[in-house]
Amino acid sequence: MADEKDDFGIETRALHAGARPDATTGARSTPIYQTTSYVFEDIDHAASLFNLQTFGYIYSRLTNPTVAVLEERIASLEGGRGSVAAASGHAAQFLAFFSLMEPGDEFVSSRNLYGGSITQFGLSFKRLGWHCHFVDPTDPENFAAAITPKCKAIFIEGLANPGGVIVDIEAVADVARAHDIPLIVDNTLATPFLCRPFEWGADIILHSATKFIGGHGNSLGGLVVESGKFDWFASGKFPGMTEPDPAYHGLTFAETFGDFGYSMKTRAVGLRDFGPSLSPMNAYLLLQGVETLPLRMARHCDNAQAVAEFLEAHPKVDWVSYAGLKSSPYKALAEKYTPRGPGAVFTFGLSGGFDAGVRLVEACELFSHLANVGDTRSLILHPASTTHRQLSDEQRETSGTTPEVVRLSIGIETIDDIIADLDQALDKA
Amino acid sequence: MNHDTYPASLLRGILRRCKTMVMVGASPNWVRPSNFAMKYLQIKGYRIIPVNPARAGEEILGERVYSRLADIPEPFPMVDIYRNAEAAGEIVDEAISLAADKGIEVVWMQLGVRNDAAAARAEAAGLTAVMNRCPKIEYGRFSGELGWGGINTGIITARRQSVI
Repeated sequence: MADEKDDFGIETRALHAGARPDATTGARSTPIYQTTSYVFEDIDHAASLFNLQTFGYIYSRLTNPTVAVLEERIASLEGGRGSVAAASGHAAQFLAFFSLMEPGDEFVSSRNLYGGSITQFGLSFKRLGWHCHFVDPTDPENFAAAITPKCKAIFIEGLANPGGVIVDIEAVADVARAHDIPLIVDNTLATPFLCRPFEWGADIILHSATKFIGGHGNSLGGLVVESGKFDWFASGKFPGMTEPDPAYHGLTFAETFGDFGYSMKTRAVGLRDFGPSLSPMNAYLLLQGVETLPLRMARHCDNAQAVAEFLEAHPKVDWVSYAGLKSSPYKALAEKYTPRGPGAVFTFGLSGGFDAGVRLVEACELFSHLANVGDTRSLILHPASTTHRQLSDEQRETSGTTPEVVRLSIGIETIDDIIADLDQALDKA
Repeated sequence: MNHDTYPASLLRGILRRCKTMVMVGASPNWVRPSNFAMKYLQIKGYRIIPVNPARAGEEILGERVYSRLADIPEPFPMVDIYRNAEAAGEIVDEAISLAADKGIEVVWMQLGVRNDAAAARAEAAGLTAVMNRCPKIEYGRFSGELGWGGINTGIITARRQSVI
Protein backbone atom coordinates (compact mmCIF):
# COMPACT_ATOMS: atom_id res chain seq x y z
CA MET A 1 0.00 0.00 0.00
CA ALA A 2 1.15 3.53 -0.73
CA ASP A 3 0.66 4.54 2.89
CA GLU A 4 3.36 2.08 4.00
CA LYS A 5 5.93 4.53 2.71
CA ASP A 6 6.48 7.22 5.29
CA ASP A 7 9.43 9.12 3.86
CA PHE A 8 7.88 11.08 1.01
CA GLY A 9 9.91 14.15 0.09
CA ILE A 10 8.78 17.67 0.80
CA GLU A 11 8.00 18.39 -2.87
CA THR A 12 5.69 15.35 -2.98
CA ARG A 13 3.99 16.28 0.27
CA ALA A 14 3.54 19.90 -0.89
CA LEU A 15 1.36 18.47 -3.69
CA HIS A 16 -0.36 15.49 -2.08
CA ALA A 17 -0.50 15.63 1.73
CA GLY A 18 -4.06 15.87 3.01
CA ALA A 19 -5.66 15.66 -0.43
CA ARG A 20 -7.04 12.44 -1.84
CA PRO A 21 -9.21 12.34 -4.93
CA ASP A 22 -12.81 12.92 -3.90
CA ALA A 23 -14.42 9.59 -2.93
CA THR A 24 -17.65 10.24 -4.85
CA THR A 25 -16.60 12.18 -7.94
CA GLY A 26 -12.90 11.43 -8.28
CA ALA A 27 -12.21 15.17 -8.57
CA ARG A 28 -8.44 15.55 -8.55
CA SER A 29 -8.06 19.20 -7.56
CA THR A 30 -9.34 19.80 -4.02
CA PRO A 31 -12.99 20.87 -4.32
CA ILE A 32 -14.03 24.19 -2.76
CA TYR A 33 -16.66 23.20 -0.21
CA GLN A 34 -18.42 26.55 -0.13
CA THR A 35 -20.93 25.62 2.57
CA THR A 36 -21.66 26.85 6.06
CA SER A 37 -23.03 23.59 7.44
CA TYR A 38 -23.38 19.84 6.98
CA VAL A 39 -26.42 17.55 7.21
CA PHE A 40 -26.55 15.15 10.17
CA GLU A 41 -27.47 11.52 9.56
CA ASP A 42 -29.74 11.48 12.63
CA ILE A 43 -29.97 12.84 16.16
CA ASP A 44 -27.44 10.36 17.51
CA HIS A 45 -24.90 11.30 14.83
CA ALA A 46 -25.43 14.98 15.58
CA ALA A 47 -24.90 14.39 19.30
CA SER A 48 -21.72 12.38 18.65
CA LEU A 49 -20.36 15.19 16.49
CA PHE A 50 -21.08 17.92 19.03
CA ASN A 51 -19.54 15.77 21.77
CA LEU A 52 -16.40 15.29 19.58
CA GLN A 53 -16.96 11.51 19.87
CA THR A 54 -16.88 11.07 16.13
CA PHE A 55 -14.95 12.90 13.41
CA GLY A 56 -17.10 14.88 11.05
CA TYR A 57 -18.33 18.22 9.90
CA ILE A 58 -20.86 20.36 11.73
CA TYR A 59 -20.33 23.97 10.78
CA SER A 60 -17.56 25.71 8.84
CA ARG A 61 -16.58 27.90 11.78
CA LEU A 62 -15.05 24.70 13.20
CA THR A 63 -14.09 22.54 10.25
CA ASN A 64 -14.45 22.57 6.49
CA PRO A 65 -13.24 19.93 4.01
CA THR A 66 -11.24 22.39 1.88
CA VAL A 67 -9.68 24.07 4.91
CA ALA A 68 -8.86 20.63 6.37
CA VAL A 69 -6.71 19.79 3.34
CA LEU A 70 -4.62 22.90 3.92
CA GLU A 71 -4.34 22.10 7.63
CA GLU A 72 -3.16 18.57 7.09
CA ARG A 73 -0.79 19.64 4.32
CA ILE A 74 1.00 22.22 6.46
CA ALA A 75 1.12 19.80 9.41
CA SER A 76 2.79 17.31 7.06
CA LEU A 77 5.29 19.81 5.64
CA GLU A 78 6.32 20.89 9.14
CA GLY A 79 6.54 17.30 10.38
CA GLY A 80 3.83 18.08 12.93
CA ARG A 81 0.91 16.12 14.35
CA GLY A 82 -1.93 18.48 13.50
CA SER A 83 -2.82 22.02 12.65
CA VAL A 84 -5.64 24.54 12.84
CA ALA A 85 -6.18 27.19 10.19
CA ALA A 86 -7.36 30.71 10.95
CA ALA A 87 -8.47 33.76 8.98
CA SER A 88 -5.04 35.39 9.22
CA GLY A 89 -1.64 34.90 10.80
CA HIS A 90 -2.62 37.31 13.56
CA ALA A 91 -5.78 35.29 14.29
CA ALA A 92 -3.70 32.09 14.43
CA GLN A 93 -1.34 33.78 16.87
CA PHE A 94 -4.23 34.77 19.12
CA LEU A 95 -5.66 31.23 19.06
CA ALA A 96 -2.26 29.69 19.82
CA PHE A 97 -1.92 31.76 22.98
CA PHE A 98 -5.57 31.43 23.98
CA SER A 99 -5.10 27.66 24.35
CA LEU A 100 -2.16 28.23 26.74
CA MET A 101 -2.85 31.37 28.76
CA GLU A 102 -5.03 32.35 31.72
CA PRO A 103 -5.48 35.94 32.89
CA GLY A 104 -2.36 36.90 34.87
CA ASP A 105 -0.12 34.56 32.88
CA GLU A 106 3.04 35.75 31.18
CA PHE A 107 5.30 34.76 28.30
CA VAL A 108 8.72 35.72 26.98
CA SER A 109 9.10 36.89 23.40
CA SER A 110 11.91 37.89 21.12
CA ARG A 111 11.73 41.63 20.49
CA ASN A 112 12.65 41.14 16.82
CA LEU A 113 9.17 40.65 15.44
CA TYR A 114 6.76 41.85 12.81
CA GLY A 115 5.57 45.25 14.10
CA GLY A 116 1.97 44.08 14.32
CA SER A 117 3.00 41.27 16.66
CA ILE A 118 4.80 43.69 18.97
CA THR A 119 1.57 45.68 19.20
CA GLN A 120 -0.60 42.55 19.63
CA PHE A 121 1.62 41.18 22.41
CA GLY A 122 2.46 44.43 24.14
CA LEU A 123 -0.89 46.22 24.05
CA SER A 124 -3.88 44.08 23.04
CA PHE A 125 -2.82 40.91 24.91
CA LYS A 126 -2.27 43.08 28.01
CA ARG A 127 -6.00 43.87 28.04
CA LEU A 128 -6.66 40.10 28.36
CA GLY A 129 -4.30 39.94 31.33
CA TRP A 130 -1.48 38.31 29.36
CA HIS A 131 1.88 39.97 29.96
CA CYS A 132 4.74 39.74 27.47
CA HIS A 133 8.40 40.17 28.41
CA PHE A 134 10.36 41.25 25.30
CA VAL A 135 14.03 40.25 25.14
CA ASP A 136 16.96 40.58 22.75
CA PRO A 137 16.95 37.16 21.01
CA THR A 138 20.60 37.18 19.96
CA ASP A 139 21.62 35.62 23.28
CA PRO A 140 19.43 32.62 24.25
CA GLU A 141 20.29 33.25 27.92
CA ASN A 142 18.15 36.39 27.75
CA PHE A 143 15.06 34.19 27.49
CA ALA A 144 16.06 32.16 30.54
CA ALA A 145 16.73 35.34 32.54
CA ALA A 146 13.25 36.74 31.78
CA ILE A 147 11.23 33.63 32.63
CA THR A 148 9.01 33.91 35.71
CA PRO A 149 6.92 31.18 37.38
CA LYS A 150 3.88 32.58 35.55
CA CYS A 151 5.46 32.24 32.08
CA LYS A 152 3.60 29.78 29.83
CA ALA A 153 5.56 30.02 26.59
CA ILE A 154 8.56 31.39 24.72
CA PHE A 155 7.87 33.01 21.35
CA ILE A 156 10.32 33.73 18.54
CA GLU A 157 10.33 34.43 14.84
CA GLY A 158 12.99 31.97 13.65
CA LEU A 159 13.83 34.13 10.66
CA ALA A 160 12.83 37.52 12.00
CA ASN A 161 10.87 40.24 10.23
CA PRO A 162 11.87 42.78 8.99
CA GLY A 163 14.85 40.71 8.20
CA GLY A 164 18.32 39.46 8.58
CA VAL A 165 18.16 38.15 12.16
CA ILE A 166 18.19 34.39 12.74
CA VAL A 167 17.42 33.13 16.23
CA ASP A 168 19.25 30.07 17.59
CA ILE A 169 16.10 27.92 17.71
CA GLU A 170 17.73 24.86 19.26
CA ALA A 171 19.29 26.87 22.11
CA VAL A 172 16.00 28.65 22.87
CA ALA A 173 14.15 25.30 22.73
CA ASP A 174 16.54 24.03 25.42
CA VAL A 175 15.57 26.99 27.62
CA ALA A 176 11.86 26.28 27.09
CA ARG A 177 12.30 22.59 27.87
CA ALA A 178 14.24 23.36 31.06
CA HIS A 179 11.23 25.40 32.23
CA ASP A 180 8.55 22.90 31.07
CA ILE A 181 6.94 25.41 28.72
CA PRO A 182 6.44 25.20 24.95
CA LEU A 183 8.56 27.06 22.42
CA ILE A 184 6.38 28.76 19.79
CA VAL A 185 8.18 29.58 16.54
CA ASP A 186 6.73 31.82 13.86
CA ASN A 187 8.06 30.13 10.71
CA THR A 188 6.38 32.50 8.24
CA LEU A 189 9.48 33.93 6.57
CA ALA A 190 11.36 30.63 6.30
CA THR A 191 8.46 28.28 5.45
CA PRO A 192 8.92 24.54 6.04
CA PHE A 193 10.88 24.31 2.80
CA LEU A 194 13.75 26.31 4.30
CA CYS A 195 13.47 25.50 8.02
CA ARG A 196 11.56 22.96 10.11
CA PRO A 197 11.61 24.22 13.71
CA PHE A 198 10.15 20.97 15.13
CA GLU A 199 13.43 19.29 14.16
CA TRP A 200 15.19 21.75 16.50
CA GLY A 201 12.87 21.29 19.47
CA ALA A 202 10.02 23.75 18.87
CA ASP A 203 6.60 22.65 20.17
CA ILE A 204 4.21 24.92 18.26
CA ILE A 205 4.73 26.58 14.87
CA LEU A 206 2.74 29.55 13.60
CA HIS A 207 2.31 30.74 10.04
CA SER A 208 0.97 33.71 8.30
CA ALA A 209 0.06 31.67 5.20
CA THR A 210 -0.65 35.03 3.56
CA LYS A 211 3.08 35.23 2.86
CA PHE A 212 5.18 32.60 1.07
CA ILE A 213 2.86 29.63 1.71
CA GLY A 214 0.10 31.20 -0.37
CA GLY A 215 2.81 33.14 -2.10
CA HIS A 216 0.75 35.03 -4.65
CA GLY A 217 -0.51 37.91 -2.54
CA ASN A 218 -4.18 37.03 -3.03
CA SER A 219 -5.44 35.54 0.25
CA LEU A 220 -5.05 35.97 3.98
CA GLY A 221 -4.69 32.93 6.20
CA GLY A 222 -2.87 31.62 9.24
CA LEU A 223 -2.03 28.29 10.86
CA VAL A 224 -1.22 26.91 14.28
CA VAL A 225 0.78 23.66 13.99
CA GLU A 226 1.40 21.27 16.89
CA SER A 227 4.42 18.97 17.12
CA GLY A 228 2.54 16.46 19.30
CA LYS A 229 5.63 16.03 21.44
CA PHE A 230 4.99 18.46 24.31
CA ASP A 231 4.11 16.50 27.48
CA TRP A 232 1.32 18.55 29.06
CA PHE A 233 0.94 16.19 32.01
CA ALA A 234 4.66 16.16 32.84
CA SER A 235 4.78 19.96 32.62
CA GLY A 236 1.90 20.41 35.04
CA LYS A 237 1.58 24.07 34.05
CA PHE A 238 -1.44 23.78 31.75
CA PRO A 239 -4.61 22.83 33.63
CA GLY A 240 -6.57 23.84 30.53
CA MET A 241 -5.01 20.85 28.76
CA THR A 242 -4.78 18.31 31.58
CA GLU A 243 -7.88 18.93 33.69
CA PRO A 244 -11.56 18.68 32.74
CA ASP A 245 -12.35 21.76 30.66
CA PRO A 246 -15.58 23.51 31.69
CA ALA A 247 -15.66 25.10 28.22
CA TYR A 248 -16.18 21.60 26.79
CA HIS A 249 -18.42 19.70 29.23
CA GLY A 250 -15.52 18.56 31.37
CA LEU A 251 -13.52 16.98 28.54
CA THR A 252 -9.78 16.63 29.27
CA PHE A 253 -8.14 17.49 25.96
CA ALA A 254 -4.63 16.08 26.52
CA GLU A 255 -6.06 12.80 27.79
CA THR A 256 -8.84 12.23 25.26
CA PHE A 257 -6.88 13.29 22.17
CA GLY A 258 -3.34 12.48 23.26
CA ASP A 259 -0.71 14.02 21.04
CA PHE A 260 -3.16 16.23 19.16
CA GLY A 261 -5.03 17.52 22.22
CA TYR A 262 -3.71 21.05 21.77
CA SER A 263 -4.98 21.21 18.20
CA MET A 264 -8.38 19.92 19.29
CA LYS A 265 -8.62 22.47 22.08
CA THR A 266 -7.53 25.29 19.79
CA ARG A 267 -10.28 24.31 17.35
CA ALA A 268 -13.09 23.18 19.67
CA VAL A 269 -12.73 26.08 22.11
CA GLY A 270 -10.70 28.85 20.43
CA LEU A 271 -12.19 28.74 16.93
CA ARG A 272 -15.64 27.88 18.26
CA ASP A 273 -15.81 30.77 20.72
CA PHE A 274 -13.96 33.51 18.82
CA GLY A 275 -14.67 32.46 15.24
CA PRO A 276 -11.72 33.68 13.13
CA SER A 277 -12.14 30.81 10.64
CA LEU A 278 -10.42 30.55 7.28
CA SER A 279 -12.81 30.70 4.33
CA PRO A 280 -12.88 27.69 1.97
CA MET A 281 -12.09 29.93 -1.02
CA ASN A 282 -8.97 31.30 0.68
CA ALA A 283 -7.95 27.80 1.73
CA TYR A 284 -8.18 26.71 -1.92
CA LEU A 285 -6.08 29.63 -3.13
CA LEU A 286 -3.49 29.04 -0.41
CA LEU A 287 -3.36 25.35 -1.41
CA GLN A 288 -2.61 26.37 -4.98
CA GLY A 289 0.34 28.30 -3.61
CA VAL A 290 1.61 25.46 -1.43
CA GLU A 291 1.87 23.16 -4.44
CA THR A 292 4.76 25.22 -5.85
CA LEU A 293 6.28 26.30 -2.52
CA PRO A 294 9.55 24.36 -3.00
CA LEU A 295 10.11 25.77 -6.50
CA ARG A 296 9.25 29.30 -5.51
CA MET A 297 11.32 29.36 -2.33
CA ALA A 298 14.41 28.16 -4.16
CA ARG A 299 14.06 31.00 -6.70
CA HIS A 300 13.16 33.58 -4.03
CA CYS A 301 16.38 32.69 -2.20
CA ASP A 302 18.57 32.77 -5.33
CA ASN A 303 17.22 36.19 -6.27
CA ALA A 304 17.49 37.55 -2.72
CA GLN A 305 21.14 36.51 -2.50
CA ALA A 306 21.93 38.28 -5.78
CA VAL A 307 20.10 41.46 -4.74
CA ALA A 308 21.80 41.50 -1.32
CA GLU A 309 25.21 41.20 -2.96
CA PHE A 310 24.35 44.00 -5.42
CA LEU A 311 23.22 46.31 -2.61
CA GLU A 312 26.24 45.58 -0.43
CA ALA A 313 28.48 46.88 -3.22
CA HIS A 314 26.37 50.01 -3.89
CA PRO A 315 27.83 53.37 -2.76
CA LYS A 316 24.51 54.74 -1.44
CA VAL A 317 23.96 51.72 0.81
CA ASP A 318 25.48 51.74 4.31
CA TRP A 319 24.68 48.19 5.30
CA VAL A 320 22.69 45.12 4.21
CA SER A 321 21.17 42.76 6.76
CA TYR A 322 20.84 39.47 4.90
CA ALA A 323 21.99 36.30 6.61
CA GLY A 324 23.19 34.86 3.30
CA LEU A 325 25.97 37.47 3.07
CA LYS A 326 29.47 36.62 4.28
CA SER A 327 29.41 39.87 6.26
CA SER A 328 26.32 38.86 8.24
CA PRO A 329 26.80 37.98 11.92
CA TYR A 330 24.04 35.41 11.36
CA LYS A 331 25.77 33.55 8.53
CA ALA A 332 26.63 30.55 10.73
CA LEU A 333 23.08 30.30 12.11
CA ALA A 334 21.74 30.58 8.55
CA GLU A 335 23.89 27.64 7.45
CA LYS A 336 22.56 25.62 10.38
CA TYR A 337 18.85 26.45 10.25
CA THR A 338 18.26 27.48 6.62
CA PRO A 339 20.82 25.63 4.52
CA ARG A 340 18.78 26.18 1.35
CA GLY A 341 18.90 29.96 1.87
CA PRO A 342 17.78 32.43 4.55
CA GLY A 343 14.59 33.50 2.80
CA ALA A 344 13.91 36.54 0.66
CA VAL A 345 12.92 39.28 3.12
CA PHE A 346 15.64 41.56 4.41
CA THR A 347 16.54 45.14 5.18
CA PHE A 348 19.25 47.55 4.19
CA GLY A 349 20.24 51.02 5.33
CA LEU A 350 20.54 54.07 3.09
CA SER A 351 23.25 56.58 3.82
CA GLY A 352 20.68 59.31 3.00
CA GLY A 353 18.43 58.36 5.95
CA PHE A 354 14.63 58.79 6.19
CA ASP A 355 14.26 61.11 3.18
CA ALA A 356 16.33 58.84 0.93
CA GLY A 357 14.12 55.91 2.00
CA VAL A 358 10.98 57.78 0.97
CA ARG A 359 12.55 58.81 -2.38
CA LEU A 360 13.74 55.29 -3.13
CA VAL A 361 10.35 53.72 -2.51
CA GLU A 362 8.65 56.32 -4.68
CA ALA A 363 11.14 55.89 -7.53
CA CYS A 364 10.63 52.13 -8.00
CA GLU A 365 8.86 50.98 -11.15
CA LEU A 366 8.92 47.17 -10.82
CA PHE A 367 8.95 46.84 -7.04
CA SER A 368 5.48 47.23 -5.54
CA HIS A 369 5.25 49.67 -2.64
CA LEU A 370 3.00 47.88 -0.16
CA ALA A 371 2.77 46.39 3.33
CA ASN A 372 3.16 42.69 2.68
CA VAL A 373 5.96 40.20 2.18
CA GLY A 374 6.21 36.82 0.50
CA ASP A 375 4.53 37.66 -2.79
CA THR A 376 5.72 36.25 -6.14
CA ARG A 377 6.33 39.92 -7.02
CA SER A 378 9.15 42.00 -5.55
CA LEU A 379 7.98 44.33 -2.79
CA ILE A 380 9.50 47.36 -1.11
CA LEU A 381 8.61 49.19 2.08
CA HIS A 382 10.02 51.95 4.25
CA PRO A 383 8.99 50.68 7.73
CA ALA A 384 9.64 53.92 9.65
CA SER A 385 7.01 55.74 7.58
CA THR A 386 4.50 52.86 7.36
CA THR A 387 4.24 49.49 9.22
CA HIS A 388 6.40 50.44 12.18
CA ARG A 389 5.32 54.07 12.54
CA GLN A 390 3.16 53.27 15.61
CA LEU A 391 6.22 52.06 17.51
CA SER A 392 8.24 54.28 19.83
CA ASP A 393 11.76 55.37 18.80
CA GLU A 394 13.13 52.83 21.26
CA GLN A 395 11.00 50.03 19.80
CA ARG A 396 12.09 51.03 16.30
CA GLU A 397 15.70 50.87 17.42
CA THR A 398 15.35 47.42 19.00
CA SER A 399 13.24 45.96 16.19
CA GLY A 400 15.63 47.16 13.49
CA THR A 401 13.35 49.68 11.80
CA THR A 402 15.26 52.94 12.26
CA PRO A 403 14.59 55.81 9.78
CA GLU A 404 17.18 54.81 7.14
CA VAL A 405 15.92 51.23 6.89
CA VAL A 406 14.27 49.88 3.73
CA ARG A 407 12.68 46.42 3.66
CA LEU A 408 12.62 44.26 0.57
CA SER A 409 10.73 41.07 -0.23
CA ILE A 410 12.41 39.71 -3.31
CA GLY A 411 10.13 38.10 -5.88
CA ILE A 412 10.68 35.60 -8.64
CA GLU A 413 10.93 38.01 -11.58
CA THR A 414 14.02 37.86 -13.84
CA ILE A 415 16.92 38.75 -11.55
CA ASP A 416 18.43 41.29 -13.99
CA ASP A 417 15.13 43.19 -14.04
CA ILE A 418 14.92 43.27 -10.24
CA ILE A 419 18.43 44.66 -9.92
CA ALA A 420 17.94 47.15 -12.76
CA ASP A 421 14.89 48.62 -11.03
CA LEU A 422 16.70 49.04 -7.72
CA ASP A 423 19.69 50.50 -9.55
CA GLN A 424 17.64 53.23 -11.24
CA ALA A 425 15.70 53.98 -8.06
CA LEU A 426 18.89 54.25 -6.01
CA ASP A 427 20.14 56.83 -8.52
CA LYS A 428 17.17 59.01 -7.51
CA ALA A 429 17.33 58.29 -3.75
CA MET B 1 8.80 -5.92 17.76
CA ASN B 2 9.50 -2.19 17.72
CA HIS B 3 6.80 -0.56 19.84
CA ASP B 4 7.65 3.06 19.03
CA THR B 5 6.35 2.93 15.47
CA TYR B 6 4.00 0.36 13.97
CA PRO B 7 3.68 -0.36 10.24
CA ALA B 8 0.38 0.90 8.84
CA SER B 9 -0.28 -2.59 7.45
CA LEU B 10 -0.12 -4.13 10.94
CA LEU B 11 -2.64 -1.70 12.47
CA ARG B 12 -4.89 -1.70 9.43
CA GLY B 13 -4.86 -5.50 9.41
CA ILE B 14 -5.91 -5.62 13.06
CA LEU B 15 -8.75 -3.15 12.47
CA ARG B 16 -9.95 -5.13 9.44
CA ARG B 17 -9.85 -8.51 11.20
CA CYS B 18 -10.94 -7.75 14.75
CA LYS B 19 -14.56 -6.75 14.34
CA THR B 20 -15.28 -7.63 17.98
CA MET B 21 -13.20 -5.94 20.67
CA VAL B 22 -13.35 -6.22 24.42
CA MET B 23 -12.75 -2.86 26.09
CA VAL B 24 -11.32 -3.31 29.59
CA GLY B 25 -11.92 -0.19 31.67
CA ALA B 26 -14.86 1.02 29.58
CA SER B 27 -16.57 3.90 31.37
CA PRO B 28 -20.28 4.78 31.37
CA ASN B 29 -19.28 8.47 31.70
CA TRP B 30 -19.56 10.00 28.24
CA VAL B 31 -16.66 12.44 28.64
CA ARG B 32 -14.17 9.65 29.38
CA PRO B 33 -11.88 8.63 26.50
CA SER B 34 -12.96 4.98 26.68
CA ASN B 35 -16.59 5.96 26.17
CA PHE B 36 -15.57 8.18 23.24
CA ALA B 37 -13.72 5.36 21.54
CA MET B 38 -16.49 2.83 22.21
CA LYS B 39 -19.13 5.13 20.76
CA TYR B 40 -17.07 5.84 17.65
CA LEU B 41 -16.13 2.24 16.98
CA GLN B 42 -19.77 1.17 17.36
CA ILE B 43 -20.73 3.74 14.71
CA LYS B 44 -18.09 2.19 12.44
CA GLY B 45 -19.64 -1.27 12.81
CA TYR B 46 -17.54 -2.81 15.56
CA ARG B 47 -19.03 -4.85 18.37
CA ILE B 48 -17.53 -3.57 21.63
CA ILE B 49 -17.91 -5.68 24.79
CA PRO B 50 -17.22 -3.63 27.95
CA VAL B 51 -15.37 -5.03 30.98
CA ASN B 52 -15.55 -3.03 34.21
CA PRO B 53 -15.90 -4.86 37.57
CA ALA B 54 -17.56 -1.86 39.23
CA ARG B 55 -20.29 -1.86 36.56
CA ALA B 56 -20.74 -5.59 35.98
CA GLY B 57 -24.26 -6.48 34.94
CA GLU B 58 -25.10 -2.89 33.85
CA GLU B 59 -25.09 -1.66 30.26
CA ILE B 60 -22.75 0.82 28.54
CA LEU B 61 -23.91 2.12 25.14
CA GLY B 62 -26.31 -0.80 24.87
CA GLU B 63 -23.79 -3.53 25.68
CA ARG B 64 -23.78 -5.69 28.83
CA VAL B 65 -20.78 -5.05 31.10
CA TYR B 66 -18.73 -8.02 32.35
CA SER B 67 -16.53 -8.21 35.41
CA ARG B 68 -13.56 -9.91 33.75
CA LEU B 69 -12.49 -11.43 30.46
CA ALA B 70 -13.24 -15.00 31.57
CA ASP B 71 -16.91 -14.13 32.11
CA ILE B 72 -17.53 -13.18 28.49
CA PRO B 73 -19.53 -16.06 26.96
CA GLU B 74 -18.32 -15.67 23.37
CA PRO B 75 -15.06 -15.43 21.40
CA PHE B 76 -13.31 -12.08 20.91
CA PRO B 77 -10.14 -11.55 18.87
CA MET B 78 -8.94 -8.33 20.55
CA VAL B 79 -8.59 -6.92 24.06
CA ASP B 80 -8.31 -3.11 24.24
CA ILE B 81 -7.00 -1.99 27.64
CA TYR B 82 -8.04 1.34 29.19
CA ARG B 83 -6.15 0.89 32.45
CA ASN B 84 -2.80 2.10 33.76
CA ALA B 85 0.39 0.27 32.82
CA GLU B 86 0.52 -1.82 36.00
CA ALA B 87 -3.07 -3.01 35.75
CA ALA B 88 -2.54 -3.63 32.04
CA GLY B 89 0.07 -6.26 32.89
CA GLU B 90 -2.45 -8.38 34.79
CA ILE B 91 -5.03 -8.04 32.04
CA VAL B 92 -2.48 -9.11 29.44
CA ASP B 93 -1.71 -12.22 31.52
CA GLU B 94 -5.41 -12.99 31.77
CA ALA B 95 -5.72 -12.61 27.99
CA ILE B 96 -2.77 -14.95 27.43
CA SER B 97 -4.36 -17.62 29.60
CA LEU B 98 -7.69 -17.29 27.74
CA ALA B 99 -6.22 -16.86 24.24
CA ALA B 100 -6.88 -20.37 22.96
CA ASP B 101 -10.33 -20.59 24.54
CA LYS B 102 -11.58 -17.16 23.37
CA GLY B 103 -9.65 -16.84 20.11
CA ILE B 104 -7.70 -13.78 21.31
CA GLU B 105 -5.11 -12.58 18.75
CA VAL B 106 -4.35 -9.02 19.83
CA VAL B 107 -3.79 -7.18 23.11
CA TRP B 108 -3.89 -3.43 22.64
CA MET B 109 -2.96 -0.83 25.28
CA GLN B 110 -4.40 2.66 25.02
CA LEU B 111 -2.75 6.02 24.41
CA GLY B 112 -0.34 6.73 27.25
CA VAL B 113 -0.28 3.08 28.40
CA ARG B 114 2.90 1.11 27.88
CA ASN B 115 4.04 -2.09 29.63
CA ASP B 116 6.90 -3.56 27.64
CA ALA B 117 7.28 -6.63 29.86
CA ALA B 118 3.61 -7.51 29.40
CA ALA B 119 3.88 -6.96 25.64
CA ALA B 120 6.87 -9.30 25.52
CA ARG B 121 4.89 -11.99 27.40
CA ALA B 122 2.00 -11.60 24.94
CA GLU B 123 4.34 -11.90 21.97
CA ALA B 124 6.01 -14.97 23.46
CA ALA B 125 2.53 -16.52 23.68
CA GLY B 126 1.93 -15.83 19.99
CA LEU B 127 -0.26 -12.73 20.39
CA THR B 128 0.24 -9.36 18.73
CA ALA B 129 0.78 -6.48 21.17
CA VAL B 130 0.14 -2.79 20.43
CA MET B 131 0.87 -0.08 22.99
CA ASN B 132 0.25 3.66 23.39
CA ARG B 133 -2.24 3.83 20.51
CA CYS B 134 -6.00 4.31 20.24
CA PRO B 135 -8.00 2.13 17.82
CA LYS B 136 -10.41 5.02 17.24
CA ILE B 137 -7.60 7.35 16.22
CA GLU B 138 -5.99 4.69 14.02
CA TYR B 139 -9.32 3.94 12.34
CA GLY B 140 -9.72 7.67 11.76
CA ARG B 141 -6.25 7.83 10.26
CA PHE B 142 -6.80 5.04 7.75
CA SER B 143 -10.29 6.23 6.82
CA GLY B 144 -8.99 9.79 6.39
CA GLU B 145 -11.48 11.10 8.95
CA LEU B 146 -8.64 12.21 11.22
CA GLY B 147 -7.56 14.60 8.49
CA TRP B 148 -10.98 16.25 8.64
CA GLY B 149 -9.78 17.78 11.88
CA GLY B 150 -6.46 18.94 10.43
CA ILE B 151 -4.54 16.01 11.90
CA ASN B 152 -1.60 14.65 9.93
CA THR B 153 -2.55 11.12 8.84
CA GLY B 154 0.77 10.58 7.06
CA ILE B 155 -1.14 9.04 4.16
CA ILE B 156 -0.08 10.04 0.66
CA THR B 157 -2.02 8.43 -2.17
CA ALA B 158 -3.55 9.39 -5.51
CA ARG B 159 -6.22 6.70 -5.17
CA ARG B 160 -9.79 7.49 -4.31
CA GLN B 161 -10.84 7.26 -0.69
CA SER B 162 -11.76 3.74 0.47
CA VAL B 163 -13.16 2.84 3.91
CA ILE B 164 -10.01 1.68 5.64
